[in-house]
Amino acid sequence: MAQRKPFRWHIAVFLAPAVLVYTAIMIVPLIGTLNLSLFNLTEAGERVFVGLRNFATLFGDPRWSESFWNALANNGWFFLVHMLVQNPVGVMLAALLSSPRLRMAAFYRTAIFIPTILSFVIVGFVWKLILSPIWGIAPGMLDAVGLKALFAPWLGREEYALTTLALISVWQFVGIPMMLIYAALLSIPDEVIEAAEMDGVTGWSQFRKIKLPLILPSIGIISILTFVGNFNAFDLIYVSQGALAGPNFSTDILGTFLYRTFFGFQLQLGDPHMGATIATAMFGIILVGVCVYLFAIQTRLRRYQF
Amino acid sequence: MSTARHSTTRSLAAHGVLILYTVIALFPVFVIVVNSFKSRRAIFADPLALPTSETFDMVGYQTVLKQGDFLLYFQNSMIVTVASLFFVLLFGAMAAFALSEYRFRGNLLMGLYLALGIMIPIRLGTVAILQIMVASGLVNTLTALILVYTAQGLPLAVFILSEFMRGVSDDLKNAGRIDGLSEYTIFLRLVLPLVRPAMATVAVFTMIPIWNDLWFPLILAPSEATKTITLGSQVFIGQFVTNWNAVLAALGLAIVPVLVLYLIFSRQLIRGITAGAVK
Repeated sequence: MAQRKPFRWHIAVFLAPAVLVYTAIMIVPLIGTLNLSLFNLTEAGERVFVGLRNFATLFGDPRWSESFWNALANNGWFFLVHMLVQNPVGVMLAALLSSPRLRMAAFYRTAIFIPTILSFVIVGFVWKLILSPIWGIAPGMLDAVGLKALFAPWLGREEYALTTLALISVWQFVGIPMMLIYAALLSIPDEVIEAAEMDGVTGWSQFRKIKLPLILPSIGIISILTFVGNFNAFDLIYVSQGALAGPNFSTDILGTFLYRTFFGFQLQLGDPHMGATIATAMFGIILVGVCVYLFAIQTRLRRYQF
Repeated sequence: MSTARHSTTRSLAAHGVLILYTVIALFPVFVIVVNSFKSRRAIFADPLALPTSETFDMVGYQTVLKQGDFLLYFQNSMIVTVASLFFVLLFGAMAAFALSEYRFRGNLLMGLYLALGIMIPIRLGTVAILQIMVASGLVNTLTALILVYTAQGLPLAVFILSEFMRGVSDDLKNAGRIDGLSEYTIFLRLVLPLVRPAMATVAVFTMIPIWNDLWFPLILAPSEATKTITLGSQVFIGQFVTNWNAVLAALGLAIVPVLVLYLIFSRQLIRGITAGAVK
């Protein structure tokens, strides 16, 4: 009979600290939250098990479902703007930065990353100032180039507010795709690039045929991180538009909807059970997205070892 | 010769695009810093002008330094950020190595389990976390924050680092094994130095949300002795909302420390890149 392989202790040693801290501080409390979504209060204020009835309320009751679908649609648009603007710009900046013998590359990289290190408190405050029609740096600047007619109080209009906030968020976070792609581009060995140059593959076609396939796994990571980040987003909307996500809920995303429900606002009391229900729904949405990535996309990406 | 001219044009174009984007990125920071040094009237009269000898005014900074205990807040933020960062990088790299290097039963499941944390904001579990901290007497200590941020940072660190570690050559590690190195030595001496650029990247991404977090300091450690700088400046903005000099000065001061931290790691990033990699 074949002998069993001895237990490999080093694997347990490598995994233990991360798994322990993560389980105790993150997973256990989160399970508590998911569990909460299955309970609700009776008229007498007793906590009873209600099964999936909270979800039926969230998706079926017009008072709840309208806000939910509105928040979900807004969140989808928020994500789309990031995918279409943030990630292509990030890849382009990284490609420019990694071009050989570029002077001041360190300066550019540092400068472009600076918005990412600012807190939402600062970002929300400063963009409100810049776009404010009263203090008015933006209208003043547009006036200087003769385009004053284009100015509108973007954050105050229902049709523009969400896109404006998405673009502010892109402005803040473009440094993240830039850095990850930059690191990936630098890890391409010089030999590969030199071989391409020997064969006369340079410039754009070198980027498309040699570098792009090599950085595709990083682009995959960035896309999924953007997805997760956007569907968890909350802070920027909260600091610039408040918990009500005005004007008229046009900037409401799942994070702000969750916050309002969980902690309450103005006249509405906080409802931990419905809050937990929304949190669970968000968890489901994100889970589906991540599974699509892990099983449909990541397994098809080819990895190269050097 | 034509190639030389061609590449000059190309590098000029590259500089043009990068300078343009740099201006876009830095403009709002410029607005904050410039206006924090101006008198109240000058802020409103011409927000884009540099401070002149007439409009120069430090009143904002004076108000901030008189009011808040900014040095202590700064120290608290530093301790929390650096300690969490250390644990995230160490534990994260260890787990990432186990996941990317060994085939064992439940590997994929463990990877998914650890990746769950990227998807769910840890804030959803706040109530239960608060209960745990109260039960263990850690409320209003920096330890509570360090624990929470370590748990928060681990999933992303494991995810990114294992992605990078899969690219480390197997031949190198097997050569180490043939030479009789233990698995721990292979991890510490061979793999860690090779993924240093990735470590610096993870460090930068872990550090930012920790430094800028408002939520957990507010709930777990709001006492005067444990306030972080973000909480401190947020409270300050709330109190002085019409005093623009003071608010702009507070924002300016809140930018400086994280900028310094970032510059330190960004240098490490370059060092890691130039020194590392399979030769």
